[in-house]
Amino acid sequence: MNRRLSLLLAGPVIAGTTLVGCTSNSPSGAGNGELTVTSTATECQVSANSAPSGTVVFKVKNTGNEVTEFYLLASDGLRIVGEIENITPQLTRDLVVQVPPGKYYTSCKPGMVGNGVQAAFTVTDSGKKLEATGDDKALITTATGLYASYVKDQTDKLLSGTESFVKAYKAGDFDKARALYAPTRIYWERIETVAESFGDLDPSMDAREADLEPGQKWTGWHKIEKDLWPPKTGYTALTAAERNSVADQLLKDTRTLHSRTRTQTYTVDGMGNGSKGLLDEVATGKVTGEEETWSHTDLWDFQGNVDGAKVAFENLRPILTKKDPALETSVATKFTALQKVLDKHRKGDGFKLYTELSKTEIKELSDAVNALSEPLSKVTAAVLK
Amino acid sequence: MLGLTGAGAALGVAGFAGGFATRAATADDTTPPAKYPFFGAHQAGIATPAQDRLHFAAFDVTTTDRQELVTLLRAWSMAAARMTAGESASAEETSYDAPPADTGEADGLPASGLTITIGFGPGLFRDASGKDRFGIAARAPKALRTLPHFPGDNLDAARSGGDLCIQACADDPQVAVHAVRNLARIGFGTVALRWSQLGFGRTSSTSTSQATPRNLFGFKDGTANLKAEDPDLLDKHVWVARGDDSGAEWLAGGSYLVARRINMQIETWDRTSLREQETNIGRDRANGAPLSGGTEFSAVDFAMKGRGGTPIIDPRSHVRLAHPSTNGGVQMLRRGYNFTDGSNALGRIDAGLFFIAFVRNPDTHYIPMQTRLASQDRLQEYLQHTGSGLFAVPPGADEGSYVGASLFEGR
Ligand SMILES: [Cu+2]
Repeated sequence: MNRRLSLLLAGPVIAGTTLVGCTSNSPSGAGNGELTVTSTATECQVSANSAPSGTVVFKVKNTGNEVTEFYLLASDGLRIVGEIENITPQLTRDLVVQVPPGKYYTSCKPGMVGNGVQAAFTVTDSGKKLEATGDDKALITTATGLYASYVKDQTDKLLSGTESFVKAYKAGDFDKARALYAPTRIYWERIETVAESFGDLDPSMDAREADLEPGQKWTGWHKIEKDLWPPKTGYTALTAAERNSVADQLLKDTRTLHSRTRTQTYTVDGMGNGSKGLLDEVATGKVTGEEETWSHTDLWDFQGNVDGAKVAFENLRPILTKKDPALETSVATKFTALQKVLDKHRKGDGFKLYTELSKTEIKELSDAVNALSEPLSKVTAAVLK
Repeated sequence: MLGLTGAGAALGVAGFAGGFATRAATADDTTPPAKYPFFGAHQAGIATPAQDRLHFAAFDVTTTDRQELVTLLRAWSMAAARMTAGESASAEETSYDAPPADTGEADGLPASGLTITIGFGPGLFRDASGKDRFGIAARAPKALRTLPHFPGDNLDAARSGGDLCIQACADDPQVAVHAVRNLARIGFGTVALRWSQLGFGRTSSTSTSQATPRNLFGFKDGTANLKAEDPDLLDKHVWVARGDDSGAEWLAGGSYLVARRINMQIETWDRTSLREQETNIGRDRANGAPLSGGTEFSAVDFAMKGRGGTPIIDPRSHVRLAHPSTNGGVQMLRRGYNFTDGSNALGRIDAGLFFIAFVRNPDTHYIPMQTRLASQDRLQEYLQHTGSGLFAVPPGADEGSYVGASLFEGR
């Protein structure tokens, strides 16, 4: 796991991504002061030993037979300015770093052990101004802190909402349970990507019948949904004992989620990817009406996903304003536009049912989601720039 | 449901539900035989080099008369033998006042490597209520049935099932379409077309010297397919052998055809970082090398550990889950095609992979793998299976006989 910007939660180990540098493995053409680095079993050949300040690209090729790493180290030979991990034999990875003038060291670490093969590297003054990294740090701390508070607040509300919902359902007060279903799930939908990152809780709480694995016991929201809005034929209502069991399990899982999010910390790339992930959720399940097969309350979930994505974006906004103001404006404008389309379908405290939407209206929602998703997918890379 | 996948690194190959099928010899560089004989020990269109285009069609049998069904299979075999030889569907002379026996759009076109492969669906043996339709239920292959529901399936009944199927492959789409059109025409009154699928971009390889094609996710697809030149592996994994199913010896020399229409969430995929795309697949997008390093054909090293001891190739990557080592060593002969059917009602590209695989036994060579992929594959988030079919593919017919004779003539 990257030391400075680990993923939201558990995630795969990846090539290095740092505040001042990020990797890309695009096979894009050379030129523009690109440097090539060849990491062999014992050597670290850099095509030049200096570069002008600004954005420096190292194209690192591993010609050895072990996994290697490449670092750009500060003048003390210890502080890491930029790095790429996990470069496997014969593959090439790019390290893109923004560096001020000064003395540095390049270093390859074949086999990922030992001190590495170091060489001095100079960055000359090109006159280009660089962003202050100390400032970024404060912005990041604020952004991730705000997001953690949001997740905690939403899980508080999810837990109390679920308690009332479960109580009504267990008592056989189906009218009340139906009324509480969508307004409670909206808290879940707002933090769905966080909840989903707990691999054990998501299938237990949010599995749809069509997604079950053979032999998997169906539990969670959608099982209760089907019981509250049963199909007209071929469905046997759950017994009181079955209702109690599925309701208790849902409450138990919600409590687990609640307690885990008390201490959870977040990262800016996790937030950016999570925001995009929530919009993907809308595109895949909500705008197609597949999420709420029985209750058709997909628009509540839709709003929840959009809310959650928007909060993550708003928290990242001060960073994005610095790094890519055009993208920041584009995303913000499209959030507003999407909300406007969604607002057309409000009804009372909530929304129309999915089945009440016309094909044209669904298409309009889908188009607005597409319009937002495209720039939103670029936010993570932009805040890491 | 989805999993928040963070970041990843390099890329790989993929052929959904299976691993990776590779592209066949290109007509341009090797001038392969432009004609494949229809008659032979095995039906053509399985181990023959994959052509570039597909027209696949599934039919419901509407007749209740066994003799009519047999007559149709004879007529199909005759017409197929003619068309694969580059001739018209029928030699019949017709009056100027009658519609021509052949529809004519392939007149003047070469055979274009056309192959026609005929398969039998479970419904041919028993109808929905279990009734023996043509006195052949006792000889139904044990493994021939509707495939089970896999997690995430969103099957469209109008794109699934069928009592009979025809796979027409050719290097010219007009030739493949002509073949299905004329066979459907011959079948009117006996069978009704239930659904069909056009495909492009062959995904089978017969030689490692050929470039591997890319699927619509932009990744090389099919690096590790079974190669037609490896008869031992085909015997082991593709051809049904005598004794495999004592109640259905007529199928020996044949195979099972698994068809799956796999829609790809193109727009969502295109918004995914390259890092995550490569992690999902397990290979490098640019050159198809496994993320464990090397080049396209390098062996995948699932044990290789990166920083922090974490596997370089994600355990839920497509390449890992589809790999024979994850699947008890079984392999499939994949012959799938890319497809694009325009766009859907939401203005999204209606596209994906029309997966076709030939296997000796779906119970061992497909269902366990698809079950694993459907529940664990990171790619699953971008896929939706919308059509499905399983067919028993009889062995090839002798010259003058017809496909299915071994079943209906009780050989
Ligand atoms: Cu695959």
